[in-house]
Amino acid sequence: MLLQQAGPAGAHPLSGTVADYLWLLPLLPLLGFVVNGWLSLASAYRAGPTDPGAAHGADGQDGHAAHDATGGGAHGDDHHPVARHRYAGLVSLIGPGVLAAAFVLAALIFLAMRSAADVHTPFVQTYFAWMPAGDLALDVAFQLDQLSMVMILIITGVGALIHLFSVGYMRDDPGYARYFAYLNLFVFFMLVLVLGASYPVLFIGWEGVGLCSYLLIGFWFNDKANADAGKKAFVVNRIGDFGFLIAMFMLFANLGRLDFAGVNAAAASLPVGGPVVTAICLFLFLGCIGKSAQIPLYVWLPDAMAGPTPVSALIHAATMVTAGVYLVARSNLLFAMAPVASLTVVVIGAVTAIFAASIALKQWDIKKVLAYSTVSQLGYMFVGVGSGAYVAGIFHLMTHAFFKALLFLGSGSVIYAMHAAYHATHSHDDAQDMRNMGGLKRYLPVTWILMWAATLAIAGVPPFSGFFSKDEILGSLFLRAGHSTLAEAHWLGMPGSVVLYVAYVLGLAAAFMTAVYMTRMMLYTFHGPNRTGDREREHLAESPWIMTGPLVVLGVLSVVGGWFNLPALIPLGPVGALDRWLEPVVGASALRITGGAPVEASHGTEIALILVAVAIALAGILLAVVRLKPERLVPKVESPAEHGFEKVLADKYYVDEAYDAAIVQPLVGISRGLLWRGVDVGIIDRLTRLIVQSKDDDQAVGTSVPMGGWLTRAVGYLGSQLQSGQTGTYAWVLVVGVLFVLGAFTFR
Amino acid sequence: MLAESLFFSAVLFTIGVVGVLTRRNAIIIFMCVELMLNAVNLTFVAFARVYGAGGQVFVFFVMTVAAAEAAVGLAIIIALYRHRQTVDLSNINLLKG
Amino acid sequence: MMTHGALPLFYVFHFYLFGILAIASALAFVTRKSPVAAVLWLVNTMFCLAALYVLLDAQFIGVIQVLVYAGAIMVVFLFVIMLLNLGHPSDVDDVRGTWWKLAGGLVGLALLAQVFAITRPRVPESLTLPAGTIANQIAATGAIAPVAGPLFREYLLAFEVTSVLLLAAVVGAVVLGKRRERAHAR
Repeated sequence: MLLQQAGPAGAHPLSGTVADYLWLLPLLPLLGFVVNGWLSLASAYRAGPTDPGAAHGADGQDGHAAHDATGGGAHGDDHHPVARHRYAGLVSLIGPGVLAAAFVLAALIFLAMRSAADVHTPFVQTYFAWMPAGDLALDVAFQLDQLSMVMILIITGVGALIHLFSVGYMRDDPGYARYFAYLNLFVFFMLVLVLGASYPVLFIGWEGVGLCSYLLIGFWFNDKANADAGKKAFVVNRIGDFGFLIAMFMLFANLGRLDFAGVNAAAASLPVGGPVVTAICLFLFLGCIGKSAQIPLYVWLPDAMAGPTPVSALIHAATMVTAGVYLVARSNLLFAMAPVASLTVVVIGAVTAIFAASIALKQWDIKKVLAYSTVSQLGYMFVGVGSGAYVAGIFHLMTHAFFKALLFLGSGSVIYAMHAAYHATHSHDDAQDMRNMGGLKRYLPVTWILMWAATLAIAGVPPFSGFFSKDEILGSLFLRAGHSTLAEAHWLGMPGSVVLYVAYVLGLAAAFMTAVYMTRMMLYTFHGPNRTGDREREHLAESPWIMTGPLVVLGVLSVVGGWFNLPALIPLGPVGALDRWLEPVVGASALRITGGAPVEASHGTEIALILVAVAIALAGILLAVVRLKPERLVPKVESPAEHGFEKVLADKYYVDEAYDAAIVQPLVGISRGLLWRGVDVGIIDRLTRLIVQSKDDDQAVGTSVPMGGWLTRAVGYLGSQLQSGQTGTYAWVLVVGVLFVLGAFTFR
Repeated sequence: MLAESLFFSAVLFTIGVVGVLTRRNAIIIFMCVELMLNAVNLTFVAFARVYGAGGQVFVFFVMTVAAAEAAVGLAIIIALYRHRQTVDLSNINLLKG
Repeated sequence: MMTHGALPLFYVFHFYLFGILAIASALAFVTRKSPVAAVLWLVNTMFCLAALYVLLDAQFIGVIQVLVYAGAIMVVFLFVIMLLNLGHPSDVDDVRGTWWKLAGGLVGLALLAQVFAITRPRVPESLTLPAGTIANQIAATGAIAPVAGPLFREYLLAFEVTSVLLLAAVVGAVVLGKRRERAHAR
């Protein structure tokens, strides 16, 4: 590989350090994928426990006669324990092992970065020329700067913990090796995404994580619902990818460059706030809408819960869905130049936050609650990066990775216990429905405590991490609503400041709802009487240490994560560490939005904002504790149906049904009626029958005329006339041919 | 004299071609071919006057080959006549496809 | 068109005379019903061509034309006609119908036109010899030398191969012309 460290005039401060091994970082999980993938396929050729994927869809051979793929009623998350995978031991070593190694390397690189002298510019390693095509000169290159460092640490750190968790969670799944192969591949692509030095390389990672998401959502693809969920995720993502591609085309057409350094340098030539840069940013954001599940393309995320729970934790909470936020932060220069686009980001983020939070209020499946919660929290992140508070957005991304992964893994622990209980009694009840749970704190105490830690974090209660990040976002939003280029701009006719204030109010309301539904979840799951069933109760037990260990680590991070960016008002430790760390990457754009100087608020305003946020969080928890009575719940099968507005919330505002009616059915109808029947059968098949005779098509439909191969026979008949056997005719043909040749020369 | 020679040659050649196309008797057709060869010979000789004696050498060879061709061709016609009792080409169409 | 100005009238007159006679004979040849008549007209054409050759400084070729072409090849044609008893004008009209003749005529005209269009003599200067080179050669060394020289020097291989060709032709003609009655009897 040809490694070139690029930097302005002279070597980069990071070259010559361990950062030179940057390429090793994605390579490790890729190696894991190759080895695990080979192991998953190798066992397919011997009579081992049958993984549905390895045996190409043929499930069975596991001795269980009536293997019901839908198992416990909920789509996904089902596997009847069979014999462990043949190579489970090796896979357990390699899968998490490469992640741990990658995290160690990331930590070393981070230390090198910290100790290096001023690192203003990204450290770029170019590997080879990918597309030297005329004006377009794309290289495959990785770049390391402070922003990608943060993302790398999150991905490898949280990823390693989730891999460890999966060792316990998926231990009896016949697809064990395939699972880790896909998971490793996902980490590889995610690292490529955050390390890419240009939009196309980023896009490779973007598409790759989409692919792995599809593979992992539909992991238990024997159940059609799971396969459909995977398809839905991929197709909806595609719509966003279209936007991303258009943005790249526009970038190339207007700036001629696609690498980040080149784009940032050339962007100065575009008029600020002009149509070009606004359009580019809007199309980029369309990609983010798809990938990060914002309105209107969020519909795939709740369905994605069909995959294994650790997958939901890693992909749909901590990393893949945050790729959109990363993209906006990476393109901060462009977004800072386009106030209208930034306002759009804020609006959509805020509306999504409150919309998803409202749906989560009425969901009964524990994973669905968390899914909508993720959508809502992603909205917060976009509010952050959209309003120019890039550091706040990335900070929330980080803390959200901690507590959301903890929540998902914790719910995985719960589901694991419920599953074991139902399996022991051969019950087919829903292991994920909260109405079947209750009072689990007696049986899963470690999980209970840690999940409360995460709940307090997500609700925004100090001193947990979520409080700091959420408060920073809302606080920055409020201040920018008063004084920033966004406030002076106009969004759909409304003044920007009004829009931002409204977004602030929506953010507060969503925070309130967040506290409510999270407390509701905790109450219904862990408190009150147990509704699982008398026979199942004796099988409920805490998960093994390999699953609770990562929970503990994430719990600690959820509690102390706020230390990474303490506000000036609460100097419990180093203030604004993340602020200073990310300053070389996003500092200039943030300043541009706040009008040249960091926006300062008076002490009074800041204290007021903090108090408002805390009050809202506590009020939400209080409301939930007072109003919701877990004792009144009954198990799912006996639960009454919903009525009125509650039904609307429970049915997710019928958005999926609306999409189905407005988009899916017409498309299917056109495909079937017009394209298939009309064009395919009507035109193309008829043409084919005209040329080729099949013995079944001796007669045209409705007539008694033999149609098959008519054209061929006609041409053949004509052709046969040429061979009359008459020499005179041949002489004629010869002379006519000579005339033609001479004519060609004559009229050359 | 070059242009006139080429003119005569072209006309003779064309007469030969028309003869091949319009006659049915195999021997006549054969003789029309010989006429075409003669026309070409005239061209060669005319050009030899301008470009060098190579043209005349070529005529020499053409005549030789024409003689050989005439011999073999007429032998074929004789064999054909013995077989079919006719030299009318419109009746000889065994290669009909 | 080259100027006639430099050439004697005698020469030019005879050139055109034999040329036109050749064309007229050819036309006559093509339109005869009787094969024997056609052969004789063709012989006449060849005589005129021989005359043209002589006028074009190819005396040797002219003589060979008379000896070989008119004297041997056409005689073979006559011989075959005699052998097969095809000398009488055939009862059925030998020439094909009117449509054929019309089409043939058109094709012929088209061919003529195209040949003219592309063969306007554009003589490359670098290749042409000075006028009268052949004539001088003939005057110096005799009429056969211009042909014989290249024949046995540059084109020796072709000469030898042609002799093999003639051998093959002779063998072929004999084999093809043989009677096969004995074979039929069995």
